[in-house]
Amino acid sequence: MTTLTRNISEVRRSNLGERQLRRRRRTWTYLAMAALAAFFLFPLVFMFVSSLKPDGQILSDSDSIRAFLPVGDISLDNYAGVFDRVPVAQFMFNSIFVTVSIVGLGLVVNSMCGFALSRLQWKGRGLVLALIIATLIIPFETIAVPMVYWVSKLPTLVFEDGLLKYDFGWLNTYQVQIIPFVANAFSIFLFTQYFSTIPKSIDEAARIDGAGWFTIYRRIIVPLSGPAFATVAILTFLPAWNSYLWPLMVVQQEELRPVMVGMQYFFQLNTAWGEVMAYTSMITLPVLVVFLAFQRAFVSSVAASGVKG
Amino acid sequence: MLQTTTHSAVAVSAAPTVPPSEKTGRTARARRRSNPAVRRERRAGLAMAAPAALLLILFLIIPVLLAFGLSFSNARLISPNPPRLVGIDNFLRAFSDPVFLRSTLNTFVFAAVVVPVQAGLGLLLAVLVNQKIRGVTAFRVIFFIPVVTSIVVVSILWKFMYQPDGLINSFIDSITFGAWQGTAWLNDPNTALGAIIVLSIWQAVGFHMLIWLSGLQTIPEELYEAARMDGASSWQQFANVTWPGLRSTMVFVLVTITIAALGLFVQIDVMTQGGPVNSTSTLVYQAVRKGYREQEIGYGAAISLIFFVLVLIVSVVQRYLTRDKED
Repeated sequence: MTTLTRNISEVRRSNLGERQLRRRRRTWTYLAMAALAAFFLFPLVFMFVSSLKPDGQILSDSDSIRAFLPVGDISLDNYAGVFDRVPVAQFMFNSIFVTVSIVGLGLVVNSMCGFALSRLQWKGRGLVLALIIATLIIPFETIAVPMVYWVSKLPTLVFEDGLLKYDFGWLNTYQVQIIPFVANAFSIFLFTQYFSTIPKSIDEAARIDGAGWFTIYRRIIVPLSGPAFATVAILTFLPAWNSYLWPLMVVQQEELRPVMVGMQYFFQLNTAWGEVMAYTSMITLPVLVVFLAFQRAFVSSVAASGVKG
Repeated sequence: MLQTTTHSAVAVSAAPTVPPSEKTGRTARARRRSNPAVRRERRAGLAMAAPAALLLILFLIIPVLLAFGLSFSNARLISPNPPRLVGIDNFLRAFSDPVFLRSTLNTFVFAAVVVPVQAGLGLLLAVLVNQKIRGVTAFRVIFFIPVVTSIVVVSILWKFMYQPDGLINSFIDSITFGAWQGTAWLNDPNTALGAIIVLSIWQAVGFHMLIWLSGLQTIPEELYEAARMDGASSWQQFANVTWPGLRSTMVFVLVTITIAALGLFVQIDVMTQGGPVNSTSTLVYQAVRKGYREQEIGYGAAISLIFFVLVLIVSVVQRYLTRDKED
């Protein structure tokens, strides 16, 4: 009898200890995560807050918590200043146009190729598949410099005096910012993988009903592959919006510059930090909003990119 | 729901165009070749793959071949003379050029620090946010925010914070109660690369946290239960269940960080232009400076090719490691 009670009280005590231990560990976890959250957020909070302050105040606030608080002489003057100095609306348009074109054309071209590779039998299929797997590891930085030389020699059509002529050199155009990035080996790879999980019997049934291959692709496979399209759109959107090295080399004309290159030029000419912070805030905010709105899709896309290994 | 095409009936019927006198083997092959359904499938496959394949040839395969060709030439971006082959001159020049050698060293130092630290920190974050506690998703999102911020923006922002009277110095000043004299982080050859390493990890670690996290979530919960039943401590669970289950994730994380680290460019271009005294110049920065800014495409291509060889070595090692796992 006594042993039993002792056992029960022991068990109760150890349960209590365990619960306490677990609670303490949870507290530490929250503390650690909060500290890390501060570490990851402080530069961005500082950026947004500073974009609202005059230069003098940014510096005088930097040695206290005021650096992270929208206090003092708050205004949108820095934003107005950016618009006065550079055609930032034009830069925005250029970036949006280039990004939307790359993502949109990329979804069509890469998904069609993925469809052909995963569901059709044709001569050259093995070769194309091998080519795509082989090119997966080539980083863009390897070919950037030779590619500048290559695009400077490519033929292009130009309208001149109402006549369609052809000329050489793609430098300083929209097409040079778009066309080279439409086809993407990794996008094709993701589409191929996703499409091959859809049963082939669907195709056969549709063939018997008289559907052509393009119809099968457009009416059956595309509507069934929403997640694959979302993943590819997200994974191609970010590098297109953030592209820097390539437009830096191939676009000198100010009217064609995307936001990132436009910002670097603005930054080189300008040491008014308030305005620089206003510019960086302006181009960061839209992406952050898109990310927060679709964070679930972003997270699963990144997880999907891990299948590459 | 499906659109019916007019010639659909032919598609499923076998074509009776083969003369019956031929041998059976050839007959079968010939029938297959001339079968309209098979022919149409081939044509559709080719047509649908063609746009992507053509673009990849134009803007990936040809530039790679050009990188090889140009690196053995004296091509310039704009030149009245056609490029001439100069053998391995560009490579000889690279390996006797102190700026190139310094850039290679900087690239290796950067990778040697960033790869283990970023991978380790990413794993730590992943373990933290893999717990089933309230609000953990919000923390995942917060840790990932720098990843969706453009690296150009991040570089400008941190350049501002690294100024002598900037936020970083003020912060260090206040936590050391004024014992610290502010330093110009990016103007000192001893601290510039380190300063860039910190912001690079800050920006990219959230990405690898998510990769680790998806690896963690493939490990079945039963394994942990079994380990707990055997009385394994948290650390023993990590060492004996978690870590072995993350082998292939680890290879992927290490390889992607290594390749990204070897390609370091934007931070350098925005923050230091390779200075002070080449202490932050990197391989890709040097390739762009020579090949594009100084218009020596041939020499720039040679440097790009050396970078490519490094990346190839990394991925061959990856192949080897993943194959090892499968055996």
